[in-house]
Formats: sequence, C-alpha cells, structure tokens
Amino acid sequence: MKPKPLHFFSSPKGETSFFRLLRNRFLTGLCIALSLLTLVPLISIVILVIRNGLPLLSMNLFSQLPPAPGLEGGGFGNAIMGTLVMVGISLLLAVPLGVFSAVYINEYAPVSPVSSAVRFVAKLLTGIPSIICGVFAFAAVVMTSHHFSAIAGGVALAILILPIILLTTEQALMGVSSAYREASFGVGATAFQTIWRIVLPDAMPAIMTGVMLAVSRAAGETAPVLFTALFSQNWITSVLEPTASLSVLIYNFASLPYAYHIKLAWSASLVLVTVVTMTNILAQLIFSPKHR
Amino acid sequence: MSTEEHPIQIPNSTARPLELTDDFSPGETNFIKVDNFKFFYGKKEALHGINLEIPSRRVISFIGPSGCGKSTLLRNFNRMNELIPGVRHEGDITIHGTSIFDPSVEVIALRRRIGMVFQKSNPFPMSIYENIVYPLRIAGQGDRSVHDETVERCLCSAALWDEVKDRLHDSALGLSGGQMQRLCIARAIASSPEILLMDEPCSALDPIATAKVEELIIELKKDFTIVIVTHNMQQASRVSELTAFFYLGNLVEFDETRKIFTNPSKLQTEEYITGRFG
Repeated sequence: MKPKPLHFFSSPKGETSFFRLLRNRFLTGLCIALSLLTLVPLISIVILVIRNGLPLLSMNLFSQLPPAPGLEGGGFGNAIMGTLVMVGISLLLAVPLGVFSAVYINEYAPVSPVSSAVRFVAKLLTGIPSIICGVFAFAAVVMTSHHFSAIAGGVALAILILPIILLTTEQALMGVSSAYREASFGVGATAFQTIWRIVLPDAMPAIMTGVMLAVSRAAGETAPVLFTALFSQNWITSVLEPTASLSVLIYNFASLPYAYHIKLAWSASLVLVTVVTMTNILAQLIFSPKHR
Repeated sequence: MSTEEHPIQIPNSTARPLELTDDFSPGETNFIKVDNFKFFYGKKEALHGINLEIPSRRVISFIGPSGCGKSTLLRNFNRMNELIPGVRHEGDITIHGTSIFDPSVEVIALRRRIGMVFQKSNPFPMSIYENIVYPLRIAGQGDRSVHDETVERCLCSAALWDEVKDRLHDSALGLSGGQMQRLCIARAIASSPEILLMDEPCSALDPIATAKVEELIIELKKDFTIVIVTHNMQQASRVSELTAFFYLGNLVEFDETRKIFTNPSKLQTEEYITGRFG
C-alpha cells in the first residue's frame, strides 16, 4: 500500500484522522439505531391493537349496546356516548376555569403571590396520579350525592386536565407579542378589551392545541372514571346515573372469561387509540401557527 | 368622545401647502407642562426633577444617550409607564392645564387623546382596515360609515392610502416595514388625538422609509403636537423645531433645534451632538 500523499490538508504530524472518523460514524449509527428502537414499542402497540381490534369492527359496534356476559353480538355505543359526555362535562368545567386563571396570572397579575401560588399548584397537579383525581371526585361528588354519575366522572377528568389547560394557556398567552398589548393600551383600550380583542384571538390556536391535548388525555384515562362514573350496560339517559366509558369498558371486558367480550375490548381499544390519535393530529394540523 | 370637543381640526385627506404654525395662541406655549417631575423604577430614580414646557403644534425632539430618561418621560405623557409594575412618580405633568395624574382623569381617555407610535412597528395581526378601526371599536363606535371615513382619512394623513387602498382587507402583516410603521401612525391618529408621541419611530426603517415617515411628521405637525424620541441627530434637526437634550435623567438643555445644533449653551450638549460621547 502506498503511503498517503502529504498535501495541504494533511495534519501537521502526518497522522491520519481514521479513528476520529470511525468514532464519528459509530456514534451516528448508534443514535440512529436507538431512535429506531424507540419506535418498536409504539408501532407494536398500534399493530397489536389493529390486528386484534379490526376483525370485529363494524358500524354495529357504534350503535349497539354491549351483550350480557356469555352472549355475543352488540357493540359499545353507550361507552362511546358516555366518554363523549364525560369529556364534554370536564371541558365545560376545566376550560373556563383554566383559561380565566391563566389570563389572570399572565395578564393581570404576573408577579403577585396569588399567581405564583396558582402556577405552583398547577404544576404540582400535573404530576398527581390520575387515580387520586378519581378518589377525590369519589369523595367530593359520589359520597355527597350518593350516586355514581357522569358528573362525578366529568369532575374527576376536569381536575386531571385543568392544569394542562391552565399551563398551555399561560404558555400561549406568553407567546403573544407584548408589542400588541402596548399598541392596544396605547390607543386607549382597557385591559379587558386588550385581552379579549387582541391577546386571546392571537393566542387561540395555541390554546386550542392545549384543549385538544386535554381532550385526548381525558378520553383515554381509566382511573378517574373507574369509581366515579362506574359503568353501565345501558345508554346514558341522565348525567346523574352511572355511565359507561370506553376506557372502563376495556378494563372490565378484558378481564372477563368470554371470548367475545375480550374481542370487544380490543375493538374498543382500537377506537380509543384512533380517536385519541386523530384528536392529537387534528390539534396540530388545524391549530398549527398560521404562517405569517 | 365626540369630535365637537376637539379644538384641533382633524387632518384632511387633501394635501395642504406647508405652513409654519407660528400662529398658535400664547396660551398654548405651555401646552404640555412638566413640573419637577421625578420617576422611579422601583428604587432607581430614572428622572431627577424635570421641568419642561412644550408648545402645541410643534415637533419636539428628545435626544440623548441610551438610558438618559427621554423614553421614560415620553411614556409618562400617556401614562404607559404605569403598565410596568413597581413604578412611581413625583411632581406633575399637565396637559391643557389639567394634571394627567388627577384622579378624575381616566387613563384610557388620556391615551385616546395622545396617540403613540412605537419603536418597532406593531400592527395587530388583523386587516389594514381593522387595525385603524380598532381604536374606534374599543371606544364603542360601531358605525360602518364612520369606520370607512376614518380609515380613508387616517390612511391619507399617513400617506399610505394610495399604496393600500386596493387591499384594505388584507392582513397588515403583509406590508413592508415602512408601510407598517405608517399604518401604526394612521392607527395612532384614528382616535383624533391632539398629541402624537413617537418613540424612535424610524430606528428600524431603511433610509427611504425613514424619509417618508419624516415627511409625514412634518406634515402632521399642522394638526398635532408631536414629541419624538430619536437617536438620529440628523433626524432631530430635520423634523423638529425644538429639541430637548437629556443626560443621566436630567434635562440638560431645551431650546430651538437650530440653536441646539449650532450654538448649544451647555458643554455636555455640544459634546453629545458632535459625537464626543453617547
């Protein structure tokens, strides 16, 4: 083998950079391999859910009630309905509370002790296990009203998503250029007018993204609704009665010894994963910052 | 606030010949009066007892090195500084003989009478039309014909009408930097103020856009009292009749612009305008 020619780009000592280049290649390869590895659990979940959930999937699943144990046929329309109702209730409670709190702590009193307290508690709440939200709603709503109900489930979910909505809204408001606020105050707007006409509209896409994320989180949670809304074999007729939900249906049916119920649980998983994923994707598509 | 109350005529869309407003009544020589005014950011005293009398319908430049307090004083005229937490003031500022700090003065009404143009042009992320209508909407003026009339009048005054009349409902963020700043001027005069405050309005503009805005300033002084903060000495000498030089929170010298730039009476002023410091 010929010795390498010395030229302008050679290192002064004449050594090759072979090992440096090799190490560079190796580490690059390692990063690629590890990042591909993270896809394995995600993709296998999706494949598993699709493979097991797809066979039973039909329109009947969405329109029919679950079968009695041991029987076949039917679907989980009531659980979808129940999940929608409870997510709706939780949004009704958490969105106004979260958005208005965020407006207060970011717009009106960014440095007050109240704001620091709210911010701190919200951050703590994000870390609270969802089962605790369920226990709290059980104690606060179920115990006092003596009913398992969609309301109780909605309250539990609301506690769960409140910090998400509050903190994403605060981030959204912080993202609004202070030049807009100055301009608005400069022409004689009140704080309320500035927030309502300038700040909130500008922050709306980011706030909606937070709300959508909260929706997908609430729709997928089992623990908060497990012993607040309980479960029901029937269609929801009132928000004051026990209510079925997709997540609890999966939990219940998956542990039954009947093959058909287990298949139903798989299909419900597929529906749930699809809904949650679609909400997430929609949130990012529709409300992605408009190119300006 | 109805237009009848306004002692000053609203600028007309047709260009009028340039005339120096030497005919202002003597009562208006102290249109804006700053009386031993001190201003504090927390514990830091940013202005040390400023005394200043500004006549109406003139262009007044505030010059001085960064941090000298000129913007602070400017932003006190419409009490924008109050938006910063932990500030306080001593002394008084009167406009038309009324203290702007009087408890009976509504700060939102004050800001409607005193338009402000900021260093960085800040049109709202709405249409050109809505940007100008915004000051009317927040004051409860919902009449479409008033809106239309105001948009045309203000855009003409800001020398922007011909450039944007065909795209009034397009986003204001699609304008060029100079157009945006002129739109901000149009918005600032939409509520028919008497005073225009400009905080380095040209510092982010190229020379051509700057020249246009300067022309506009000279045009607008027929109808407004304009106070402009600038770092650009040439600009101060081009557009303003009076110049105030600030240094370290003090008003060093306030005189006719011509005198400040040719024969200043204070050494500090001379050193600053000749570029020896600052």
